[in-house]
Amino acid sequence: MTAPTVDSPPPPLRLPKRRGVELSLLVGAVLISVYGYAAVGLAHDDTVPPDVARYGGGLGLLALVAHLAVRFRAPYADPLLLPIAVLLNGLGLVLIYRLDLETPSDTAAPTQLIWSTLGVALFIVVVLLLRDHRVLQRYAYLSVATALVLMIVPIFFPAVNGARIWIRVGGFSFQPGEFAKILLAVFFAAYLAANRNALAYSGRTVWKLQLPTGRVLGPIVAIWLLSVGVLVLERDLGTSLLFFGLFVILLYVATGRIGWIAVGLLLAAVGAFVVGSFEPHVHSRVQDWLDPFATIDAGQGPSQLAQSLFAFAEGGMLGTGLGLGHSVLIGFAAKSDFILATAGEELGLAGLTAIFLLYALMVARGYRAGLALRDPFGQLLAVGLASILALQVFVIAGGVMGLIPLTGMAMPFLAQGGSSVVTNWIIVALLIRLSDQARRPRPGQPETGVIAPIVEDEQ
Amino acid sequence: MIRYIRRAAAFCLLLLAALLVNAARVQVFEADELTSNSANRRNTIARYDQPRGNILVHTGSADATATVTGSKDTGEQLAWERTYPHGPLYAPVTGYASQTYGTTLIENAEDDVLSGTDSLLAPLPLWNDLTRGRQPGGDVVTTVRDAVQRAAYEGLAGRKGAVAAMDPSTGEILALVSSPSYDPEQISGTGSAVTSAWARLNASASLPMLNRAIRQTYPPGSAFKIVTAAAALDAGVVDDPDEETDTPSPYVLPGTSTVLPNESSGCEKASLAEAIRVSCNTVMAHLGVRVGLDGMVEAAENFGFNDAGLRIPSGVAKSNFDTEMSDDQLAQSSIGQFDTTATPLQMAMVAAAVANDGEIAHPRLVDRTTKHDGDTVSQTSTRSYRRAMSPSTAVQLRRMMVDVVENGTGTNAAIGGVTVGGKTGTAQHGVDNTGAPYAWFISWAQSEGSARPEVAVAVVVEDAAADRADISGGGSAAPIARAVMEAALSQG
Repeated sequence: MTAPTVDSPPPPLRLPKRRGVELSLLVGAVLISVYGYAAVGLAHDDTVPPDVARYGGGLGLLALVAHLAVRFRAPYADPLLLPIAVLLNGLGLVLIYRLDLETPSDTAAPTQLIWSTLGVALFIVVVLLLRDHRVLQRYAYLSVATALVLMIVPIFFPAVNGARIWIRVGGFSFQPGEFAKILLAVFFAAYLAANRNALAYSGRTVWKLQLPTGRVLGPIVAIWLLSVGVLVLERDLGTSLLFFGLFVILLYVATGRIGWIAVGLLLAAVGAFVVGSFEPHVHSRVQDWLDPFATIDAGQGPSQLAQSLFAFAEGGMLGTGLGLGHSVLIGFAAKSDFILATAGEELGLAGLTAIFLLYALMVARGYRAGLALRDPFGQLLAVGLASILALQVFVIAGGVMGLIPLTGMAMPFLAQGGSSVVTNWIIVALLIRLSDQARRPRPGQPETGVIAPIVEDEQ
Repeated sequence: MIRYIRRAAAFCLLLLAALLVNAARVQVFEADELTSNSANRRNTIARYDQPRGNILVHTGSADATATVTGSKDTGEQLAWERTYPHGPLYAPVTGYASQTYGTTLIENAEDDVLSGTDSLLAPLPLWNDLTRGRQPGGDVVTTVRDAVQRAAYEGLAGRKGAVAAMDPSTGEILALVSSPSYDPEQISGTGSAVTSAWARLNASASLPMLNRAIRQTYPPGSAFKIVTAAAALDAGVVDDPDEETDTPSPYVLPGTSTVLPNESSGCEKASLAEAIRVSCNTVMAHLGVRVGLDGMVEAAENFGFNDAGLRIPSGVAKSNFDTEMSDDQLAQSSIGQFDTTATPLQMAMVAAAVANDGEIAHPRLVDRTTKHDGDTVSQTSTRSYRRAMSPSTAVQLRRMMVDVVENGTGTNAAIGGVTVGGKTGTAQHGVDNTGAPYAWFISWAQSEGSARPEVAVAVVVEDAAADRADISGGGSAAPIARAVMEAALSQG
């Protein structure tokens, strides 16, 4: 762990850069992944996989190049973000490789490695080219338009497993909705940073609730309709939940109005109820969640959710060990949506805890950057990106463990899914940039006479 | 804004904490329930992840054993499949162990040992519970002797029927044969070949999967007269087996005008010994009526009739002797007709009771179970099942049964230099007795110099293709019994 840093202005003049810490953590992350890779081979074939050096070298090289980009272009960035991303990505590759051994006809690990490389490449591009996050503010409306297009396009493509979230061009398919997350986060942050006060303090008061003016409210309602539309047209409950959560969180952070949360939750509940009652795909997901074993009682065999729960249960405290579980029983989505079940079965509660803590650290570090930034846009963007990570993890992990209804979504960095890996690498790149800005020593002394930002009490 | 960011952060971390709590719920607190769910294939996969323990039979006179089962690694998800090198010969003993259809007979009764989950196999108590593991499958040594089993199987030669042979003094079952049989290996695995074999076996008119030796009951016919004779002697209805009885021939069933005929001549006023020797229906039916319903029911139940709970360790079908009848029905029941039915094993126990001074040793098919490396886990021992008759009655009945083989209907069972006692039976069945009759022979044998009979056997042949004349206990069943007894005696 790094030493606790003061996360509110005025900042100390010289913050340590901690690039060396990042490098040593990266070495650890790569070694853990390589060890996992070797363990899978040993458990499955009694030999270390012949390409273990290649795998380790490849992952190490990716980590090193990313590290160098950070070292030269974002020297003050948070040293934890990159190693966590590398470790999760490496673990994901190990888990997918492990499942590939059970399904020789359908290997996904090599493809995933290519996507990861692309993700790291884009990470580097973002870190190198985006010198100041505030540039993004200018493109707020462009990004929301792009996001809309990206989300509408898949409707014209055939559905896969009941959800229309794919674009297929040749043999190449990706989920544009994944990229839309980032664009929406940028737009929300920019829009809310600009209209904070209008949202919080204008408009009429009805009973105790202060309503914003229609001009401000319009886009918000539009966004709400958009996410419901996504839900209906694409049957993508997960993405719709994510947009909702992201939007409500950012609205709250921007305005501090609890009322917004109430309104947001109310709208979400209404939307979910309405859609859930007339949309069979969503309705069946809710039924499954209420009774995962209904199909067993009906003699149709266990559902995917039941199989997933079986896998988690088999893991127990310490897991069966890599390569020794039977999570392949889950079926076709074992490498994507249900990848966590493999982690749960083979690494047990101990391994699952470690994975959740890695995500929690990443989210916490994102928020920390938000706390230390001085501009509202940066603050909101950091909060938004960190929240996207947290919500993704919650929605899919809660889904496969029976905490909430199951929705299709990729576990960040772990799951098979090129679009998801690339998107999350870009998120990390943005967080690196934001944390670099936050921790960068500001030139000059704090001026007197300038109204400083409100300093909160340390709690 | 700082305050709100902190709260939002707290909310997000709360979500992740909820995931942790939920993971603990699924993986620790609900794990047992989920693991034991019948739809969870992991138990099945683990079960077939190692070779199953084997079922062994005795070969030769010493404690030599040989396995009659095996396992082969198929490389499928359910890796190890059961093999049966002897196919149909041992199916009535082992049963089947199928990945698709479960287990029966010994495969079922001793499944914990064979599949390695029995806690006795573990190095320490509760070891399996702690490690959730399983030990290498243990072996089950049966009491069956290979030579006896083969003699019985070859004797039936594919005809419908069954043989049960046991050691009268220990209750060890030496042979358990049902014919026609089936090859359990055909249904060991999974897949379409297995399901079609299963469908074919179940649809077959000859019922190859029916274990006729312990799961099928037949009217025992004249073989039941041993039970009636024991009841008459024990109840004092007959004091001297060689004394004439007052039975007319033909005998009119009490309270009816129905006439009961005899198959053989010389039955009028025949003594009990003569009635057993030539198998007189009239005398035995009359004696049954004179013993009375209560006495006959008690006698039959002392032999094991009406016991639905007999296990060897697999369950044995209940042999039946009605407890509420009119006298004419009692008369018919006393010669093994009407509602009287018996499993071949039950009739072997009747012969064994005579051979063992009236005491029936509890029949058992499992000698011992051992660990993978041969260390004994559990050992069965001789225990009494029931006392069927007084020792003196048993002595008298032994003399009568020897007479049957030496001078009566059972001469086909005679073995040179060996004391053999037997009783034939021919049972009508079907509506108005139109079905082909069953041929029965029950017997015991005692070699020279032996203190007591070493083997008791019951043979039933249901040969629908045979003429009424050919079907007789003495003709069809006795030679099989002789071959089985010879095989048992030659092994000491």
